[in-house]
Amino acid sequence: MNIFSLKSAALLSALSLSAMVAFSGNPAVAETPEEKGLRIALEGEARDKGFGNYTADQTMILRNKRGQESERNLRISVLEDEADGDKSLIVFNRPRDVKGTAMLTHSHKVEDDDQWLYLPALKRVKRISSSNKAGSFMGSEFAYEDMTSQEIEKYTYRWLRDEPCPGGELTCWVSERSPIDKKSGYTRQVSWVDQEEYRIWKVEYYDRKNSHLKTLTVPSHQQYLGKHWRADEMMMVNHLTGKSTRLIWQNYAFGADLDDSDFTKVSLKRAR
Amino acid sequence: MYRGALALFLGGLLLLAVPVFMAAPVGAETVFQELSGRFTVEGRYFPQSSIQSGQREQSASVVAEPEAYLENEAGHGLQFKPFLRYDSADPRRTHWDIREAYGLFFGEFEDSEWELRAGIDKVFWGVAESRHLVDVINQTDLVETPDQEEKLGQPMVHATWLNDYGAFEAFALPYFRKRTFQGRAGRLRTALHVDGEQTSYESAAKQHHLDLAARYSHSIDALDFGLAWFEGTNRSPAFSIGLDENGSPVLLPFYEQMRQISLDAQVTTGAWLLKFESFWRDGERNALALEEDFFALVGGFEYTWYGAFGGDTDLGLLLEFLYDDRGERSTVVTEGDVFSAVRLAFNDEASTDILFGIMQDLDKPTRSLFIEANRRLSDNISLGLEGTGFFNVDDNDGQFSLRRDSFLQIDLTYHY
Repeated sequence: MNIFSLKSAALLSALSLSAMVAFSGNPAVAETPEEKGLRIALEGEARDKGFGNYTADQTMILRNKRGQESERNLRISVLEDEADGDKSLIVFNRPRDVKGTAMLTHSHKVEDDDQWLYLPALKRVKRISSSNKAGSFMGSEFAYEDMTSQEIEKYTYRWLRDEPCPGGELTCWVSERSPIDKKSGYTRQVSWVDQEEYRIWKVEYYDRKNSHLKTLTVPSHQQYLGKHWRADEMMMVNHLTGKSTRLIWQNYAFGADLDDSDFTKVSLKRAR
Repeated sequence: MYRGALALFLGGLLLLAVPVFMAAPVGAETVFQELSGRFTVEGRYFPQSSIQSGQREQSASVVAEPEAYLENEAGHGLQFKPFLRYDSADPRRTHWDIREAYGLFFGEFEDSEWELRAGIDKVFWGVAESRHLVDVINQTDLVETPDQEEKLGQPMVHATWLNDYGAFEAFALPYFRKRTFQGRAGRLRTALHVDGEQTSYESAAKQHHLDLAARYSHSIDALDFGLAWFEGTNRSPAFSIGLDENGSPVLLPFYEQMRQISLDAQVTTGAWLLKFESFWRDGERNALALEEDFFALVGGFEYTWYGAFGGDTDLGLLLEFLYDDRGERSTVVTEGDVFSAVRLAFNDEASTDILFGIMQDLDKPTRSLFIEANRRLSDNISLGLEGTGFFNVDDNDGQFSLRRDSFLQIDLTYHY
């Protein structure tokens, strides 16, 4: 699951943008809202290029309507691949019954991602379908498509307005993007991206009936290697079910000793 | 003969792997260690009275399966995973095994990646769900479940070479594991008791025959496939009728030498998984006790309808066709059968899922029903339900002795 491949995630990409290039104002006189939306997304992606690879730990705290909580814990490794699509490996640690289960994803810019699941009890590597976009990831409020590779090419964009970011101090572009893939669970997503560092602060998700399904908020970010912004925490609230998932990122390590050989069907069986 | 000697040599090599691992990375300390595992409590209920005297309608079992893993700075690992079951009804089902005990080494050489596993390990080949046809490295731990999904640990040296052209694997298997069989008091057994004490082998080296295998596998876009060769002791025994020490008739297992060439492939496109497994095997005796080379296959598909009922639930449909070209002379019960199943994954916090399937013989009325369900109760505890029903079992069917052994099983597992 490129689930967490923030680099190409247009949704998440703005979380991870750097201050390398200052945004250069109004390049085109007659820029349409569509062109402006796309330009913001492209610039966001460009700023995070070159992260190489990273590993991180994730904790998800699932909360149901009655306030009961359950926890998911996993480790993710991501390898950047600008030509085709990033590679990622997720190893589950909690709940304990899925401990050692691992998922390998080779994402692609246009065609379907390739995905394999390793089941440690059977020592079986199973190629699985990656077309389950709208489905829940591990029972959480994050859908697979919220987590997988969100390449620029997979959406159309439209800038809506400028307004203060949630929290107040920065100014955000508010833009909308619509998935091209009909298997997506969304008609559109509205995001708040700050004009300084291209970080995402908030996203509203609208389902196929165009009702407001979920809201993602990102309370804080951290910069790594003086360049790459990553969220410390994300909060996803489902307005239809009243359930929520808090996703906490920890132990980010960039520039680990990772290459293609760590993202194969053979190395998947060694994943810990 | 030389193979027997080589097998002993390799066996010794396996024993050496552990101290070598401990000593080899001089100065490299263990940087990662982990102890995990499970305890399972299981109850089985057989609603129909038994055929054999001494068999019971219910049984209780406990299982311990701890797992220890050490890893050094270079990422090389040592794995140890013993298994122990105590069963209230069948002393033969009360058994232990070393599922895994191996050293793991890997590295890169130019544009290739290599991996070496030495010790006791488990290897899975194949893609189908109804029967693991081409999966031949490990022996079946038959007393565990009648579906043959549980395997005994297999001593091996397993080398892998991986590059842009695919994965090339070589296996040397220096010691043969005998299949486990139910005791006289156990359910799900053959009509005559299998006397494992009187096992015989085609090879003079017996259990020390060095079995060899190789596999080439690759992924190209939507296609994943594996081409494999195995030469050695057949994991499935042939049986002859003999007498035990009391003069009662029993089945005597006989393990032949066989050669198998197999192909397994899966095409993954959208929500469709198209699956195919087949082999050609030489050296196995058919049901008439004559050696006959033969061909067998499993082919079918799995389709998943995501969010099937407008919510989070996924509905999967599975259909597989099983074939053995020996027909009536086949030694398996799936010589011409169709397997169909429905899988429901609720995608809830408890990861509830249910699989319900039917295996229908195409020539005989014999029909088996399967149900498998799982649900997580807490972070550490999960609940499982499993059942098999045998219906209309034909007098001439290999599973005639199971006709009154339909069962339902509930298990509770604590994972740590």
